[in-house]
Amino acid sequence: MRRLWPWLALAVGLIYFILPLLGMTEFSLKMRRGVYSFDAYAKVLADPRFQETFTFSVVMALATILFGVLLVVPTAYWVRLKLPRLRPYIEFVTLLPLVIPAIVIVFGYIRLYNTSSWLPLTGSAMGTNILLIFGYATLSLPYMYRAVDTGLRTIDVATLTEAAQSLGAGWVTILARVILPNVLVAVLSGAFVTFAIVLGEFTMAALLNRPAFGPYMQLLGANRAYEPAALAVIAFAITWGCMALIQIVSRFAPKAPVNPH
Amino acid sequence: MSDPFLSIQNVRKSYGDVTVVKDFSLAVEQGEFVSFLGPSGCGKTTMLRIVAGFEEPSAGNVMIGGQDVTGLRPNQRNIGMVFQSYALFPNMTVAQNVGFGLKVAGVPKAEAAARVDEMLNLISLPQLGDRYPYQLSGGQQQRVALARAMAGKPQVLLLDEPLSALDAKVRVSLRDEIRAIQKAAGITTIFVTHDQEEALSMSDRIVVMHGGMAEQVGTPFEIYNRPTTKFVAGFVGTLNMLDGTVTDPATGAVRIGDDNVVMKQSLNGAKAGDTLSLALRPEAISLGKQPGRDASIGGTISEVSFLGSVIRVRVGLGKDAVSLDTFNNPAAPPPRVGEKTEISFSSADLLVLH
Amino acid sequence: MTTQTHPVPRSIASRLPLNWLGVAPFVIFITLFLFLPTMHIVVGAFRNPAGEFTLANIQGLNTPSIISAYWISIKISLASALLGCLIGFGVAAAVTLGGLPRWIRSPLLTFSGVASNFAGVPLAFAFLATLGPIGLVTVFLRTEIGIDLRALGFNLLSFWGLTITYLFFQIPLMILIITPALDGLKREWREAASILGASGFQYWRMVALPILFPSLLGTLALLFANSFGAVATAIALTGSSLNIVPILLFAQIRGDVLGDPHLGYALAFGMIVVTGIANTIYIWLRARSERWLK
Repeated sequence: MRRLWPWLALAVGLIYFILPLLGMTEFSLKMRRGVYSFDAYAKVLADPRFQETFTFSVVMALATILFGVLLVVPTAYWVRLKLPRLRPYIEFVTLLPLVIPAIVIVFGYIRLYNTSSWLPLTGSAMGTNILLIFGYATLSLPYMYRAVDTGLRTIDVATLTEAAQSLGAGWVTILARVILPNVLVAVLSGAFVTFAIVLGEFTMAALLNRPAFGPYMQLLGANRAYEPAALAVIAFAITWGCMALIQIVSRFAPKAPVNPH
Repeated sequence: MSDPFLSIQNVRKSYGDVTVVKDFSLAVEQGEFVSFLGPSGCGKTTMLRIVAGFEEPSAGNVMIGGQDVTGLRPNQRNIGMVFQSYALFPNMTVAQNVGFGLKVAGVPKAEAAARVDEMLNLISLPQLGDRYPYQLSGGQQQRVALARAMAGKPQVLLLDEPLSALDAKVRVSLRDEIRAIQKAAGITTIFVTHDQEEALSMSDRIVVMHGGMAEQVGTPFEIYNRPTTKFVAGFVGTLNMLDGTVTDPATGAVRIGDDNVVMKQSLNGAKAGDTLSLALRPEAISLGKQPGRDASIGGTISEVSFLGSVIRVRVGLGKDAVSLDTFNNPAAPPPRVGEKTEISFSSADLLVLH
Repeated sequence: MTTQTHPVPRSIASRLPLNWLGVAPFVIFITLFLFLPTMHIVVGAFRNPAGEFTLANIQGLNTPSIISAYWISIKISLASALLGCLIGFGVAAAVTLGGLPRWIRSPLLTFSGVASNFAGVPLAFAFLATLGPIGLVTVFLRTEIGIDLRALGFNLLSFWGLTITYLFFQIPLMILIITPALDGLKREWREAASILGASGFQYWRMVALPILFPSLLGTLALLFANSFGAVATAIALTGSSLNIVPILLFAQIRGDVLGDPHLGYALAFGMIVVTGIANTIYIWLRARSERWLK
């Protein structure tokens, strides 16, 4: 009896999680009447709008990752090295994007950086793209900062820095050639999560009117029947791919030292 | 002799193909302090956990106070236990920790509070009742754990390597304290340790365990001075191992190095020409002929280390060698390497090992 | 709740002014793209178009449709957070504390990582394809078993429909967060409680749950905010037919012409207040329950 309960719970859980995946996959194959086919996928992949928006989102994701790394790695490093007292506060701040809804943040952007403001980012397509990257960087901040900070915990930041300094290295060299390679696995984990988040993000892109993948999916969903299911399968595959990559790179991560400080 | 208070009968424990405890039996008297001594993996902790009820034996019984508790769950056994990692509940104060068992048992509040105070006094920490575990040192935490284990007046107290997480100084003082508290309470106690010094200094009896079996059961004096197996002799104390060749089983004459020694003890039916495993404690050996020592063997000094009050000398005897300690005598020069010498001992101290 | 920068001990600031330059880019970024936009909303909620202080915007929220939108949003978020916590905890406990074999653990955590990130538009599609009017389960139940979900009153575009959908990312998120906390429960605590006479239930009530309480509470607050702010799933699932706050705000921002732009500020401010209250409760309870922590 005691053995049965957990298995029962697991079975119910499995059904709950597998049915929607099964449902969307089955639906995506039903476009041709009476037989299963990949017609919906062919249609989606051939759609120039799909190609455009997907490319746009991939570029945005890569730009967000680049910006996020440049922002987070030096900050996390510096806080660990010179301002450890600040760590709890920084950590708290980086968690705020999980609490303040994205729609509220982007609403603030639209009002604060419109054409008549001191920083008219929404005035041009390029400016809006940059604003969107900043928005994405904010959304991914909790994941990026946590990943990098955990990575830094496994290495002795102070000793590495002193060793590099005694060999005549400057700050940029230390960060780029000593710290970054040592936390690369952590940075990559954060990067893959960021990629998954940005690729499917809807609210910010839609409200800033950028041709991103998320709004495209929503638009397709409002107008078509089978293609959205195919898109969902593709999106799930991408998410799964990102998480699998995290698992793979984590194998190469150094283990955390026994002393948890 | 009365019936034993705690009795372990033919207990065996296997995980799949691996048997960690093999046919273990032991009878413990009321109020006795028994140590399970052995290296890690010898089955001593598993045996303790079987007594506690955390593990079910594959065969055999555990009886406490005449009652078979083998099928009882840990919370039905009325046993106290102290863990290596203290295992204090971090969300409770010291007083709440000590009073946990009483609260669970539904003891009235006033009575429980009085008992907690009594226990805190017993471990000499009466002022720390309101502290949380993280505010205590390791030694203090372990004393609280002891108080918690004993607050409910258990029938048996189990101590699972309670001292090994502590630093050396605290370890020695807590050793004496635990023993004093145990004696005062008269509680039947099983103590698991891999540290022979702890076992020798605290126990009424020691069970030396090896490979899931009790190698030897005896008082600290017996275990140290009369080990019956090679393993016990090697594990407890430092020991000189020697090979002897039986020359005359009738008289008990054995050749060690170039000399014969007449053994007092039985040779276990060995025949002439058989090789015996023999052992000698360093403190049983003297350099040179000594009055009252009936055996002596000639040898060559191979090593001399000056350790201050003591000089450790190694003497080669044919293919074997023995170590022995002599007191530093400022008036006499220490022996020199290469010197011919003679060691003497009482043949009764020569141990025959199985 | 984010409007305050934390005071810095003067002694450090004056002693090591250069050190602060190292975090300057981060502070500037956070200020410009997190604090200021949020502040702008908060301030805007109390201003009229002429820039004068007013409570009219907040009072403007007091219409039946907006109040019911908040109410439904809070109910859905609370239900999906509570259920997510409960179910996720059950699964994580079954895997970490025995009951289920260890090998399930690794695939479960990987899957949780995927599922907790599989939110937004595609998730809505997946549930539409499964429980929608012509979804896999709906059709199967109707044609094979003869149960008509629609006739039974089930609708994906409803409180329960949305809650069930949100659970798809809420449960895995709970599993991901609570598993390390459960790993932190030492086996010896359970054994110590048991040998002191406690039943399994007493151990959970007096030892394990109090120790886990801060983590549980934090996750609950996080899950609440997670579904309270979920826009994409709701819009893709319901279009704009369901009256919940994020959809209302989305329409308000998109439309702008629909009416008073400052009503949008008030709506957004209301969202900040709700998640703010959820987190204040969390921080308050956590402080109370964590006296025993270093």
